[in-house]
Amino acid sequence: MSLNQGVLGIYSYADSVLDAVRKLKTNGYENLRVFSPVPLHEIEEEIDLPPSPIRFFTLFGGLFGAASGFAITVLTSSAWPISVSAKPIVSIPPFMIIVFELTILFGAIFTLAGLLVNGFLRNRAPVSMYDKRFSDDKYGVMVVCPTENISSVQDILNSTGAEEVKVDSIDG
Amino acid sequence: MSQDTNLTYSRVTTDIVRMLDKPTVKWWTLFMISLSFVGIGLICFIYQVYVGLGVAGYRHPVFWGTYITNFVFWVGIAHSGTLISAILYLFRARFRMSIYRIAEAMTVFAVLTAGLFPIMHLGRPWNFYWLFPYPNQRELWINFKSPLIWDVFAVSTYLTVSSLFFLIGMIPDIAAIRDRVTDKPRKLMYSILSFGWKGSNWEWLHYGRAYLYFAALATPLVLSVHSVVSWDFAMGNVPGWHTTIFAPYFVAGAIFSGLGLVISLTIPIRKIFHLEEYITLDNYDGMAKLIMFTSGIVGYAYGVEFFMAWYSSSPFEWQQFMYRVTGEYALFYWIMVICNVVIPIPLWFSKVRRNLKLLFIISLFINIGMWFERFNIIVISLSRDFDPAAFGIYKISWVEAGITVGSFAWFFMFFLIFLKTLPAVSISEIKEILPVPRRGDK
Repeated sequence: MSLNQGVLGIYSYADSVLDAVRKLKTNGYENLRVFSPVPLHEIEEEIDLPPSPIRFFTLFGGLFGAASGFAITVLTSSAWPISVSAKPIVSIPPFMIIVFELTILFGAIFTLAGLLVNGFLRNRAPVSMYDKRFSDDKYGVMVVCPTENISSVQDILNSTGAEEVKVDSIDG
Repeated sequence: MSQDTNLTYSRVTTDIVRMLDKPTVKWWTLFMISLSFVGIGLICFIYQVYVGLGVAGYRHPVFWGTYITNFVFWVGIAHSGTLISAILYLFRARFRMSIYRIAEAMTVFAVLTAGLFPIMHLGRPWNFYWLFPYPNQRELWINFKSPLIWDVFAVSTYLTVSSLFFLIGMIPDIAAIRDRVTDKPRKLMYSILSFGWKGSNWEWLHYGRAYLYFAALATPLVLSVHSVVSWDFAMGNVPGWHTTIFAPYFVAGAIFSGLGLVISLTIPIRKIFHLEEYITLDNYDGMAKLIMFTSGIVGYAYGVEFFMAWYSSSPFEWQQFMYRVTGEYALFYWIMVICNVVIPIPLWFSKVRRNLKLLFIISLFINIGMWFERFNIIVISLSRDFDPAAFGIYKISWVEAGITVGSFAWFFMFFLIFLKTLPAVSISEIKEILPVPRRGDK
């Protein structure tokens, strides 16, 4: 088995990118990655990524926050149980405000963690395949394929209107 | 932004990155002026710590004065930022795109300013950490039944979440700047802040999701924070404070004042940085409509307060409200009514909403009016409660005035730094509303 190679085509137009992705997929290339200055929803539909797991992070963070809100209010009030005007020591309505705020706080912090883990740490795009223009006005289509298929990928990229095509070895 | 614009993706990047060019003499002048007023505020605060809270003009029975007014005012200002960035995001309101970054920055800096005031209001400000639950040998904990503690939780959550929202929303833009700048220190700073963003579809997927959840979390948070601030008052048994309309009344007022400040800030920025193509009259039209709406709610609340005072048959409530309109502070009351209810009335006409000079003037009056609203609620209510023997008058002292001016300078100092270091208009979201470049276009 030969080393995996990355082939990158740089495009100016969103519809060319869509053509390229469709054509690559019909030719059996599934390991694709598209770079763009703005999110491309057509591409999202074309390249079927699993739904983002960030929702579980947010959910867990919210539940964790709510639980810690209950815990801190109920446990600290019970630590010094002095009855004032015969009012309940553990008084739920005011505590709900703390529960609510901590739900939001931990929900947000865990969402951030989810974004860092999933978006920025896992499955990073190789640096060699990044072009500065992707944050400006160009699109990129990166294909990971075995060495023997490079020329066929290059052909597909060129035929769909890629302005530049480059090849580099990538890890994994 | 209209569809027939001649902006292109690369022009957007160039225009926004150009805002970050070396600061001009004008910028330095403004920055130095802000810095000197921050210095004056700081000297006043040090003097107050040294001499004691007596220099702050607190006289019996008014022990919540200008500092708490400023606190509520700045927390209120902070609200429109998250309204524009989160709530209007969920509603997919397009007019938010070009102004939301400035509004978010305003939010973060306004909360940073607001957070100073409860500390200044303390007799021993070095003990401010007593507000937080921390383990200690005597197992003493804070009182979670106190509205002041709810406030600590609400405002610190708000600061954290709005800062995260602000920084995360900027990641793709920071990457665009990182790829444009050439000098090493700036490149390093933007590389770190961009988290190595490459704009691949994998990143966009997770980023879009995370942003949506942030917006969904921030939306109820905005409404809760000023409600909690209003309960600082409404939970107290003081005539003029003890009412159930306070939460919606404060939230509407907060959005009203925040939008006022967004307009006062963006009109000069638009002119100085030539952003006419980005921040269009449609954006201002949308904001002015929101101001119109919230001004209506605030005006209604002013009226309903009187109705409730009368309908409650409580002589204490009624004398408080009669005192507001006719007593020693009547001038402040009428300033508030005129600035917040009467002056925004011309906004019902689209010609006024699209006239930036008029809009700028109206927005300044809104800022003034909202400051006095907070002052009236806090000070007038306290100065006349139940016992005529305990009535009293509060006058702002020079220390408080110095710190108040310093707080405005502190806010503008952060804002000026922001304008020169971070993208004040969202690059990627502006590109999103531009027509997608397609082969057939040429």
